[in-house]
Amino acid sequence: MTEQAVLDVAYQVAGGDFSQAGDGASRLKRVLQQIGLAPALARRIAVAAYEAELNIVIHAYSGVLRARVSPIQVEVWAEDEGPGIPDVDLAMQEGYSTAPDHVRALGFGAGMGLPNMRRNADTLEIKTVLGEGTVVYMVFANRAS
Amino acid sequence: MYFHSVKLHEDRCKGCTNCIKRCPTEAIRVRQGKAIIDDARCVDCGECIRACPNRAKSVVTDSRAELARRKHNVCLVAPSFFGQFRSEVALGQVLASIKSLGFSHVLEVAQAADVVAEAIARYLQSGSVRFPALSTSCPAVVRLVQVRFPDLIDHFVPFDAPMEVAAYIARDQIRQETGCCDEDIGVFFTTPCPAKMTAVHQPVGQGFSQVTGALSMAEVYADVFKRLTTVTSEEPVYGSARGLTWAVSGGEGVAIAKDGYLAVDGLQHVTSILEQVELGRLRSVKYIEGQACVGGCVGGVLVVENPFIARVRVARLAQRLNRADSPLLSVPASALALRQTLTPRPFLQLDANIEAALKKLNDLEILVGQLPMLDCGACGAPHCRALAEDIVRGTASLSDCVFVLRQQVNSLAGELMDLAGKLPPAMGRS
Repeated sequence: MTEQAVLDVAYQVAGGDFSQAGDGASRLKRVLQQIGLAPALARRIAVAAYEAELNIVIHAYSGVLRARVSPIQVEVWAEDEGPGIPDVDLAMQEGYSTAPDHVRALGFGAGMGLPNMRRNADTLEIKTVLGEGTVVYMVFANRAS
Repeated sequence: MYFHSVKLHEDRCKGCTNCIKRCPTEAIRVRQGKAIIDDARCVDCGECIRACPNRAKSVVTDSRAELARRKHNVCLVAPSFFGQFRSEVALGQVLASIKSLGFSHVLEVAQAADVVAEAIARYLQSGSVRFPALSTSCPAVVRLVQVRFPDLIDHFVPFDAPMEVAAYIARDQIRQETGCCDEDIGVFFTTPCPAKMTAVHQPVGQGFSQVTGALSMAEVYADVFKRLTTVTSEEPVYGSARGLTWAVSGGEGVAIAKDGYLAVDGLQHVTSILEQVELGRLRSVKYIEGQACVGGCVGGVLVVENPFIARVRVARLAQRLNRADSPLLSVPASALALRQTLTPRPFLQLDANIEAALKKLNDLEILVGQLPMLDCGACGAPHCRALAEDIVRGTASLSDCVFVLRQQVNSLAGELMDLAGKLPPAMGRS
């Protein structure tokens, strides 16, 4: 059996820095375009990765957006050091948000982050430890391959 | 093969790095001392023409000699053209001067813009819109979406740009007035930019343009300017303020959606807005008017007057034209509909085979680690990462980098010194 071609990428995300929010998702998007992923799939991944990245910026202290790209699927991890999510079920509800007012004033934190990730990803898993951090893991199947 | 109106004068090109750095789609490479444009990537925005200190790039436009080939010729006057003159000059006199250059008719594109604005406004109220809707009026932006944002193509409004609609109106009016057939009518547009020239000769989609040719606005201006003193007659002016302000960034948005529109000009800024749309932001925006040139069409490379001055003039003219009595032309829906299917033209893909593309991308990351990341451009690519991309695509090599080459020469020299120091046993080795 030949070894599967995979590509690993990692982009640092700084908590609280809205000026760079979305850089990681944009760079991931370019990688997906370079390997020739179908535009609609690449966009779904970029949208979900952006929401995950934004959650780190809004809620956490620091984090990293990782992706493993293979011909059959794209896996995305958004790992952060942060407060953790007290109630994941509640956080998954559309419109539920714990974002502070100054963040909402910027037009972020509308409570659509996790719902958007769930809508776009084929698999969504959340591991969170209060006071330590959160890992959001998403899988996107490449059905064209 | 793609038609492009931006052309290189090889004799003037010094092979410097100015244009490669400014190209928004990284379409230019310097090869053998000349700036070569990649056809598939170029969107005809004209940025390289602005960037070139040696005037080695220019726009190919059509010649007025073409007018002799047809019985009736109409000049479609772009809204931005009116911004070129001091506000004391009457618009009617400008139109009469243009007509005197050999046209049987003149038509203000502003009239068509008015009709298009109305149609788009109605469309935005319908239930079938993918928000934010994107304007089709700037062909460079349409092409940018085709090459860089193929997934946003279905955000475009399904209407042609005012230039095309103006061509339809002009042909229709002349046919009715003279009873002649389409072949006898020449339709010429005063273009402010290479993008519109390209749109005439190779429309953004699969269809064909109703415009016969595009004349350089700067050339037409030069002749009209001379005639303003001798031509005293005036042609009637039909365009409204709403149509005229399409000449400047924001004018189109105001004409279409009173709120919820976003106007962005300059291709770099347009790119960053489109990136946001791709990431799912800006869903609350109804309409995005993106224009490649700073200031809008008044900022085109074939425009004479400074875009900021032209902007003020257009605003002043618009105040003068702000009247309620300019009736909207009636144009059938079929004449407004985008005649072309917009297709993706992605260029980023490194290989048609996904496995091979992944391997190339891995190689690319390794190469990036070997390059100095100074983005000096001496290799002919706009930055180190672009060189790495070219290497994995097989169109460049690592030693194209002067720093890598220097290192290679250095280690070769070291090896030579080592070898030179080694004496054969018969001569000295103990």
